[in-house]
Amino acid sequence: MPEHAPELDDLVSQDYAAGFVTDIAADTLPPGLDEQVVRAISAKKEEPGWMTEWRLDAFRRWQTMRPPRWAHVSFQDIDFQAISYFSAPKGDRPKSLDEVDPELLRTYEKLGIPLHERAKLAGVDGSEQAVPEVAVDAVFDSVSVATTFKDKLREAGVVFCSMSEAIAEHPDLVRRYLGSVVPKPDNFYSALNSAVFSDGSFVYIPKHTRCPMELSTYFRINAENTGQFERTLIIADEGSYVSYLEGCTAPMRDDNQLHAAVVELVALDDAEIKYSTVQNWYPGDEQGRGGIYNFVTKRGACLGARSKISWTQVETGSAITWKYPSVMLRGADSVGEFYSVALTRNRQQADTGTKMVHIGPRTKSTIVSKGISAGHSRNSYRGLVRMNPAAAGARNYTQCDSLLIGDTCGANTFPYIESKLPAAVVEHEATTSKVSDEQLFLCQQRGIDPEKAVAMIVNGFCKDVFRTLPMEFAVEAAKLLEVSLEGAVG
Amino acid sequence: MSLLEVRDLRVNVDDKPILKGLDLTVEAGEVHAVMGPNGSGKSTLANVLAGRPGYDIDAGSITLDDEDLTAATPDERAHRGLFLAFQYPIEIPGVSNMEFLKAAVDAHAAHTGASEPSAVDFIKRARAAAEQLHLSADFLKRGVNEGFSGGEKKRNEILQMLLLEPRLAVLDETDSGLDIDALQVVAEGINAFRAEDNAIVLVTHYQRLLNYVVPDHVHVLIDGRIARSGDHTLAHTLEDEGYGWLDD
Ligand SMILES: Nc1ncnc2c1ncn2[C@@H]1O[C@H](COP(=O)(O)OP(=O)(O)OP(=O)(O)O)[C@@H](O)[C@H]1O
Ligand SMILES: [Mg+2]
Repeated sequence: MPEHAPELDDLVSQDYAAGFVTDIAADTLPPGLDEQVVRAISAKKEEPGWMTEWRLDAFRRWQTMRPPRWAHVSFQDIDFQAISYFSAPKGDRPKSLDEVDPELLRTYEKLGIPLHERAKLAGVDGSEQAVPEVAVDAVFDSVSVATTFKDKLREAGVVFCSMSEAIAEHPDLVRRYLGSVVPKPDNFYSALNSAVFSDGSFVYIPKHTRCPMELSTYFRINAENTGQFERTLIIADEGSYVSYLEGCTAPMRDDNQLHAAVVELVALDDAEIKYSTVQNWYPGDEQGRGGIYNFVTKRGACLGARSKISWTQVETGSAITWKYPSVMLRGADSVGEFYSVALTRNRQQADTGTKMVHIGPRTKSTIVSKGISAGHSRNSYRGLVRMNPAAAGARNYTQCDSLLIGDTCGANTFPYIESKLPAAVVEHEATTSKVSDEQLFLCQQRGIDPEKAVAMIVNGFCKDVFRTLPMEFAVEAAKLLEVSLEGAVG
Repeated sequence: MSLLEVRDLRVNVDDKPILKGLDLTVEAGEVHAVMGPNGSGKSTLANVLAGRPGYDIDAGSITLDDEDLTAATPDERAHRGLFLAFQYPIEIPGVSNMEFLKAAVDAHAAHTGASEPSAVDFIKRARAAAEQLHLSADFLKRGVNEGFSGGEKKRNEILQMLLLEPRLAVLDETDSGLDIDALQVVAEGINAFRAEDNAIVLVTHYQRLLNYVVPDHVHVLIDGRIARSGDHTLAHTLEDEGYGWLDD
């Protein structure tokens, strides 16, 4: 046998480029959670009384709840009193980009996030090509530190700001929709988030408006022993369209950190929201030390007729992922989509999928899930398709494919179909395949090195999902997979 | 200096000896046919030449252009110009044939330090090669071997050979499963490739390919050893009389 026969297992490493720490003075609450802490967070953010009450109500409900146990993941119980619930860079929130701490600007530059309003120039094949502008809301630990292109968006009537600002400046919208899609007591983590949420993004697209650029939020956890609890709310009014991107990273640390976000989307008549995530939280090391616990509730409500919500996620990070971006299809003829690539390696555990609840007539949903497992990881798809009695003519199509790299990982599929409607069409297809030694050998025989070969095979497997991502994001996602799969050969 | 020298090659699979002291010398410009009964070790030889994992080389050496490749990785061998057309080509779903071919050609270019061909030039070349093998252009857009018929898979192997222009092509039963027209197309592809500065080892069971691609040497592999070598007339003898007469 050749000396350097590549072992598939070894093709997976733990290089994590975003693992650095930013040295910046922070204003951090001591660990622990009680009503005083909830009030303190609200006070720090100078919130109106109704918001404080809203949080306290959520906190009281949370106290009566227990963490969910049904997911196919295992970890030690989290000590919620050992976590700090607020950390922010010292000083006032910068009023403009010029006031942002240069250390923070450097952090985002290092992460490849443009916190300036210049059009990005990328050299493709030597030719300089303008990449479409992207407006960024940068959330650092518990606060939003900068939002770009606000003026340009304002001209179009689009509101894109931090949740803290929205509470102050658009209280009517916030009061009307916050918690309307994910109620406070929906689950343990949504209740916790509702009590202590720090920052996040708020988007409102007015009637008949196509948002003039991609919007994106970049979440960065920096402080130690701090949880991140962001809250995002996107409202697309009648006939509007928005494409929104979310990215996330965290430093490499030996302790686990909790990230419990809530994202709510609301689409009114004929509105469309496209929500894409590239999740690259620190996944922990080879032995399973450290990494982010990503316990997230994401849900969209297609309230209006012919509205459409589409989730695309590329999940490569986190020690544990527990996440089910869902769509409530209320409006007649509304459409829900879920496209997912979840890559797990080392000791990562992912239990992720979606929920499509068909309420209105002729509602349609499509689910395409691609799970890739390597190392000793566990990767589960969990999906629910529910057809309510009024959803005459509803259809769902589900396809879930699992790809295994090596022999020590595991993949599971848990599809749940609840139909009170015999005539509804629910199609489900599932496959499990392996990156085989034969495929790897074929590539190598053609001169392609094993790392590139695995990346190419995995990319081919994910093609149906990458197709749905905005172009620059698709490139980034493919690169991220390649980096995640990179590793020692032999 | 010979193009390929195989010396006293002894190979085990799961502790079972499969190749039991095999010698083979191939000069530039030559075509060698390797024939022999099922299970005699022909594919084993082809795979071991290409460095496929899972075979224990107990003794012997493989030398290509004076370079000992016995311990080289499969991609290193490919970069040195060794090409294997698989007896059973496998699928890579979602990876288009074009993408795969470009990655392979680029990997070879990177190794020699040549610049990668531009996408446009490459597509032109790939289309021309596909046409030469009577494969339609949209065939290049489909996933590697995904849903290809048996004969299409074999033609796809030859397509890869034509684009990679190896120094040594080892073709493992590329003629099996081809209809009469496809056989002729494949044979024409092989003959177009055949040149003074390369060599071909053809593993085959049938004389019919050798009618089109006339070999310089024919070897009969029996039970892990070359039992007999001769010129192209040996293949005719085998066709008429089988392998039985070589047993003693
Ligand atoms: N991976 C393997 N595991 C176990 N036995 C193997 C393996 N590969 C080859 N062998 C055995 O080695 C012997 C030679 O097989 P090989 O495939 O080289 O034969 P062949 O001459 O190519 O036959 P055919 O004409 O049928 O293609 C056979 O007995 C086969 O069962
Ligand atoms: Mg064989």
